[in-house]
Order: sequence, then structure tokens, then C-alpha cells
Amino acid sequence: MAKKVKTDAATALEGLLFDGMTVAAGGFGLCGIPENLIAAIRDSGMKELTVASNNCGVDDFGLGLLLQTRQIKKMISSYVGENDEFMRQYLAGELEIEFNPQGTLAERLRAGGAGIPGFYTKTGVGTLVAEGKEHKEFDGQTYILERGIVADLAIVKAWKGDEQGNLIYRKTAMNFNPDCAMSGKVTIAEVEEIVPLGTLDKQAIHTPGIFVNFIVQGEHEKRIEQRTVRAA
Amino acid sequence: MPWDRNQMAERAAKEIDDGFYVNLGIGIPTLVSNYVPEDYDITLQSENGMLGMGPFPTENEIDADLINAGKQTITELRRTSYFSSSTSFAMIRGGHVDLSILGGMEVSQNGDLANWMVPGKLVKGMGGAMDLVAGVKRIVVVMDHANKKGESKLLKKCSLPLTGAGVVDRVITNLGVFDITPDGLKVVELAPDVTIEEVREKTEATLVE
Repeated sequence: MAKKVKTDAATALEGLLFDGMTVAAGGFGLCGIPENLIAAIRDSGMKELTVASNNCGVDDFGLGLLLQTRQIKKMISSYVGENDEFMRQYLAGELEIEFNPQGTLAERLRAGGAGIPGFYTKTGVGTLVAEGKEHKEFDGQTYILERGIVADLAIVKAWKGDEQGNLIYRKTAMNFNPDCAMSGKVTIAEVEEIVPLGTLDKQAIHTPGIFVNFIVQGEHEKRIEQRTVRAA
Repeated sequence: MPWDRNQMAERAAKEIDDGFYVNLGIGIPTLVSNYVPEDYDITLQSENGMLGMGPFPTENEIDADLINAGKQTITELRRTSYFSSSTSFAMIRGGHVDLSILGGMEVSQNGDLANWMVPGKLVKGMGGAMDLVAGVKRIVVVMDHANKKGESKLLKKCSLPLTGAGVVDRVITNLGVFDITPDGLKVVELAPDVTIEEVREKTEATLVE
């Protein structure tokens, strides 16, 4: 078996977890979340985690599972409206939240992984988000400095991958995964299928394997948050 | 009669030009796509990484990997493309999206918008709203003219934490259409049988007629 391929999520995480670490987790709502790696982190009991992820799952699925077990000390997210447990812990002072505008969060992860320690954006200028941050003018417009995020560990979900860690994603399950994959000092990808090397379209690889340290195949429940239909 | 939700959405749809790339917020803005002319070539952008959002699926079209920014299941179109969140916000922040129609809690007469937080009550986060108002070429807010207590939502100055400062171009309420200008809120159009006196009475912001 190639070095990057691991048999399961727990094996892939061996030796990588420590209390207080920063984890970047892909997904948007419950779409494209690394379900098996989240469950394995829960089972490890590792705590005081800082988690950078757009949302925090729901109370009983996704990152919400790590809230239930009190393993998260701080979230860096753009929206956390779907968890009652989140609100409860936050209002009780048991959980820190650093709200990042969604685009700022995405770019912080991408930039951190791309060796860009800071970048300027107009997003948040004149709001609470800009407090304490360096402001700079370019062409008569004001921007604020935001920092790149380099996570100790990135956990991402992809559709298919190969033994070199090349990944492709499916539809809107892509979302933050490519940016998280770049951001991690160590990146683990869980995929629905590990395909034979050479079978992915080389011109259409979304995350080149250089960004991926380990890859795990798994089963995914793929829960739907808002099942919205029109009449047939 | 002041406009109802659907009529406000219908009026908001007139802000969309043929060929536009548009981002629609949750709530009333979602209804806007129902009123865009059939022969218009419009592309809806979804901030979670999709251009060319289709309608809601039928029961057997549901795909867990295909949702919009409100986390509802949707469908794709022939023109659809998928991309990462960083690319999505490059489009938004980089001024490539023509129009964003979103809801509001408060709008000030100089175009400040507050629509993400009520301290102590609603602290769920801003999502993509701050990026949208900072980057998209034109910002149109669709909201009720007054809140549940009957107080004006069009103010001299916002009391709630801002989503953006000086970002709003136009506001559509149940009473009419208003533009942000250097002198104040300019009345562009009134809903049927709504008088300017009624609007003056119900608006705290400075009105320019």
C-alpha cells in the first residue's frame, strides 16, 4: 500500500493529535464534511481544540459532535446559527467564537497555505470585524489586514482521490475543502472512493496531491440540512 | 396599498438587467427569481461555490452534495460551474458579481447596512454578507419599512452593529423605492396609493424628494 493511504480515519490521525491544536475542517453546513475524521477526533478525546470551519454542523452531527463532548475551546467561523448547544456554551462563556466573514475565512485558509501571511480586504471595514486591525489605503479606498491561517491539521472531504493524494470534489460539496487542504501543516483527506493511480483526469484535479499527506476511504451518511423540494 | 412580500420581490426583480450575475440573499430576496423575465439571460451565484443555480429539486432529484447558501437542496443548469469558496469570494470581492439583493434590519441615510447581529439576542455570525456588500457592484436591500414595533428601519444612523458602511445603493420597502444620495434618502417610486406624507411620517431618515 502506498504511504499516503491509510486504512481508516483513526489510523490516519495516529500521532498527529494534541490538546490545544488548531484544526481546519472543510464543509459548508453538513455538505462536504469529513464525517469519519470528525468522529475519530471525538473518539480520541483530544481537547481544547481551535477549529476553523465555516459552520459547526448541527447539534448531533458534524462538528456539533465535538461540542457535545466539550472538545472545542474556540471556533473560527462565519455562521453558527444551526446549533442550540453552540449558543448555550457560548452564552455560558464555555466556548469562544471568532466570527470571520465567509470570504475572509476562505482566503485566510488559502493564503496561509500559499505562503501569504497577510492580505488586505475591504470586507468588514467600518464594522466590528475591523477593530484592532491595521488599516491601509489603496487607490483612495480603505482596506484591513487579515492573517493567513496555517492549521496544525486540516481534515477535508473529497469525492475521489488516488494514492498520491490527488483529489476531486463533487458539486457544492467542494466549498472550503480545497482551501483547508492547502492550509494544513498536515492534511488528511477522506474520500468516497480511492481510484487507481492515473485514472483521474490530470487536467481536472482540484487539489494536487502535494497538499495531501494522508488519504482514507470511507462511508458517508451525507445528511441533508434543509430538504427543499418543488412539486413534480 | 403597501406592497406585500411577493410584490416587493417583483419590484426588486426589475433591478436585474439582461446578462447579470446576481447573488440573492435568504428571505424575500429568494422570491425575486420567480419574477425575472423568461427571456433574460441571468446567472445566479451561490456563495458556497456555484454559478448557475437552478430551482428546487423534485423528490427524486434531491442530491445531498447540491445545496445553496441557505443550505437548501437545489438543482443545476447547463451553464452551471462549481468552484471552491476562495474562488467564490474572489468573484464577490473582486467586483465580478453585478448585483446583490439582500435583507436588512436597519439602513442609514448614508447607506450603512446592519443585518447580521442584535447584541445579546441574535449572535449567529455574518456569513457572506460583509463580503457581498464590500465587493458586489450594486447593493439593493429589500426589507419592511418599519419593524414589529412600528419604528422606522430607515434611520439617520444605524443603532445595530454594521454589516458595511456606506454600501447600500437602493432600498425597496413595502412603501416604495428609495435611493441613497449625498443629501439623504431620495424617493424614487411609491407603492400604489401610498402617499409621500405617510412615508415622511414613517421614516426617521432624512428624505429628499
